[in-house]
Amino acid sequence: MKQARRNRTKPSVRSRFGAWGDNHARALLFSLGKLYRSPVATLLTVTVIAIALALPTGLLLLLANLERLGGGLESSTTISAFTTQQVQDSAAARLAREITDWPEVGAVEFRSREQALAEFRERSGLGAALDALDENPLPAVLLVTPTAATAEPDALAGLVERLQALPEVEFAQLDTLWVQRLFAIMNVGRRGVEVIALLLGLAVLLVVGNTIRLDIQNRREEIVVTKLIGATDAFIRRPFLYGGLWYGLLGGGLAVLIVSVSLLALQGPVSHLAGLYDSSFRLSGPGPLDVLGLLVAGTLLGLGGSWIAVGRHLREIEPS
Amino acid sequence: MIQLQNVSKRYPSGQEALSGVSLSMRPGDMAFLTGHSGAGKSTLLKLIALIERPSRGQIAVNGQNLANLRRRGVPFHRRNIGIIFQDHHLLHDRTVFDNVALPLVIAGYRPQEIGRRVRAALDKVGLLHKEKALPVTLSSGEQQRVGIARAVVNRPPILLADEPTGNLDPDLSREIMNLFLVFNQLGATVLIASHDLELISTLGKPMIRLHDGRRIDATDTA
Ligand SMILES: Nc1ncnc2c1ncn2[C@@H]1O[C@H](COP(=O)(O)OP(=O)(O)O)[C@@H](O)[C@H]1O
Ligand SMILES: [Mg+2]
Repeated sequence: MKQARRNRTKPSVRSRFGAWGDNHARALLFSLGKLYRSPVATLLTVTVIAIALALPTGLLLLLANLERLGGGLESSTTISAFTTQQVQDSAAARLAREITDWPEVGAVEFRSREQALAEFRERSGLGAALDALDENPLPAVLLVTPTAATAEPDALAGLVERLQALPEVEFAQLDTLWVQRLFAIMNVGRRGVEVIALLLGLAVLLVVGNTIRLDIQNRREEIVVTKLIGATDAFIRRPFLYGGLWYGLLGGGLAVLIVSVSLLALQGPVSHLAGLYDSSFRLSGPGPLDVLGLLVAGTLLGLGGSWIAVGRHLREIEPS
Repeated sequence: MIQLQNVSKRYPSGQEALSGVSLSMRPGDMAFLTGHSGAGKSTLLKLIALIERPSRGQIAVNGQNLANLRRRGVPFHRRNIGIIFQDHHLLHDRTVFDNVALPLVIAGYRPQEIGRRVRAALDKVGLLHKEKALPVTLSSGEQQRVGIARAVVNRPPILLADEPTGNLDPDLSREIMNLFLVFNQLGATVLIASHDLELISTLGKPMIRLHDGRRIDATDTA
């Protein structure tokens, strides 16, 4: 048989090689055409995939934004160093200048006992009670802002210790506990989103797998005919695999749109909220890497889903 | 070209469709396979095209023992055989051109070559003007001719046809049979299952008669 095959005019090696590319291009376009010809079904499948991809992506982006916000908070942390009652304002001011020269310190704001009292009077509304005291009970405060390089937990703790060790300082306090709690909560959130992403990724696999399975069943007749006229398994598999690829890619694209629009919708309220805190914080949307990641993830999941369906269902369709 | 030695086929249902059938066709031979409905004609063609495997006996096509052909080799075996069915088996969502082009696409020909060969095949069956039509818009005889064009477009050395005139009136049937005679003259080995004895007895080709899965003609003719 081999001999007879060689005897007949067959495509040359080069034309075969080119034809291999042709075949792939053809299958790619053909499967896209199939989707285009049943727009409603395609849109439904693509939307389901897009939502499944958009949900974890959106949550991860929100977390990233929160982390950015938290990071800003942490680096703007100050340490409050309260002087002992015996230290006079002039001595405290001198100390403030000294500390400013420390390498790990960015800036020091000195708040005299008088200022502290005035501030307290204004904020607490306990002015009458303070008037009843014959002496100012409040110490002077040094508000120490660490350098950016010092804005991480260990270095900050070191700085607090060093301040605490000064004889003039009664008590130094770093108020970052709540930031650390925020980060711990966000870590929990991130793990949760990862689990959700895993489950929804599985859902995309199953959705694509099922869609391709139905497609295979609907084209049973066609598969039988092409097998009868000598199509290889690879040839028959190809349009279905590319179908899954298109579903995934289109789903990824729509997911990008969904995430962007959703973040845009949040932008207004978030800016308003940030404004109330004197912050110019803005949500950052999906960057080029996120977009690429969504498209690649969608494509791989689509291809994977169709691969599963094709592997399970194509073999059992044979001419009889 | 086609050799069967003592071939039997028992379906999983227990039905013995063929019992000890032998036959031998040389390259360029043409023969008719006849017998009552259920005699085993379709089964014999399916064994040659590896749609079914024999329960016993040996089949060789083109010198290749089919028992040695694995699943992966089956598509390439089928590319050497043009198969024509009674019910056409055309793809209804594709044009006549695309249907006929399918074997060439599968075999990996370039588009220009495909266009040339498809038109040549359609020309031979007299349907060149219908290349853009969808199969449903064609008459039964025309659909059958599209099926024939698809079977021959790849110029396979073997043509198998299962009741290709089963649905056609006598004039159309004769026309179709004449087409097979032409392809046989062009060198193809042709085996046609048909119970239209009136028509095929006029064509002067040997007949292989089956009855309940056994050959009942003299075994040495074909
Ligand atoms: N797939 C099958 N499973 C079980 N029995 C079958 C199958 N195909 C054919 N048969 C039986 O085998 C016998 C021969 O069938 P077939 O080859 O189709 O005969 P013909 O084509 O001459 O009418 C019949 O009795 C038929 O019922
Ligand atoms: Mg039959």
